[in-house]
Amino acid sequence: MKCRNAVNELSNYLDGELDEELKQTIEAHLGKCHHCHAVFDTTRKTIDLYCDGKLFPLPEDVRARLHEALRRRAQRV
Amino acid sequence: MSDLQADTLARGESVLIGEAKAGNYTAFEELVNRYEKKIYRLGMNITGSPEDAEDVLQDTFLKAFEHLPEFREDSRFYTWIVRIAVNEALMKLRKRRSSREVPFEETEDQDGEILVRDYADWKPNPEQLLAREEMEQILRNAVQALPPGFRTVFHLRDVEGLSTEETAQLLNLSIGAVKARLFRARLRLREELSKVLKRG
Repeated sequence: MKCRNAVNELSNYLDGELDEELKQTIEAHLGKCHHCHAVFDTTRKTIDLYCDGKLFPLPEDVRARLHEALRRRAQRV
Repeated sequence: MSDLQADTLARGESVLIGEAKAGNYTAFEELVNRYEKKIYRLGMNITGSPEDAEDVLQDTFLKAFEHLPEFREDSRFYTWIVRIAVNEALMKLRKRRSSREVPFEETEDQDGEILVRDYADWKPNPEQLLAREEMEQILRNAVQALPPGFRTVFHLRDVEGLSTEETAQLLNLSIGAVKARLFRARLRLREELSKVLKRG
């Protein structure tokens, strides 16, 4: 398998959407190719970094204004 | 979260929704408390602007409050409000596009093959090497460097965990377009992070 073909399947591989044969072919390539292994591994790390939930915390003043707006709306009902 | 925990949460949520529909504002507020952080994050990720994200947050929960009687509970409450929030965020982008020419649609879907320019591996445990604020700034800059259409797909698929089909339906895109955008978004984010995190 060529590096280009492996990288084209990167997203499908990370999502577990490949059939078993293609998955094994890619894993065999990753075992031999340090470059592709690095791309696959660091792409997975990229996703993990965004999913840890720490990015863009809700500021307390924004939260206070939300609840104030909701209370005002509820009082009108 | 285990299946049991998710089930307990869903049943507890169903009670809260019932009470909120009956006019109990405290029950509705409890639902808001559960999801306000996630909706704000969604607004920030898609719009990239604190002002727009605050509007998305407020408008989402105000609409949820108004339309709660119409929520039939055939999906999770969170899925329902994510739909509202995505529509609000996309409206913000459209408004901005018409006033400031910010493109939502990218033509890169048709560009064919994507090239990986950087094969570098990263330093081990980058999140432990950098101060938290520094790491967050790097992540923020990287996601904001993506075209809005790409970061919306990335957020829905990788952060919210929506399926390809759900994302396609929500954004009115084909399955192929969702997959192509996700692929490019992931690689571009990785390349942005690699500039800072690569070895050597």
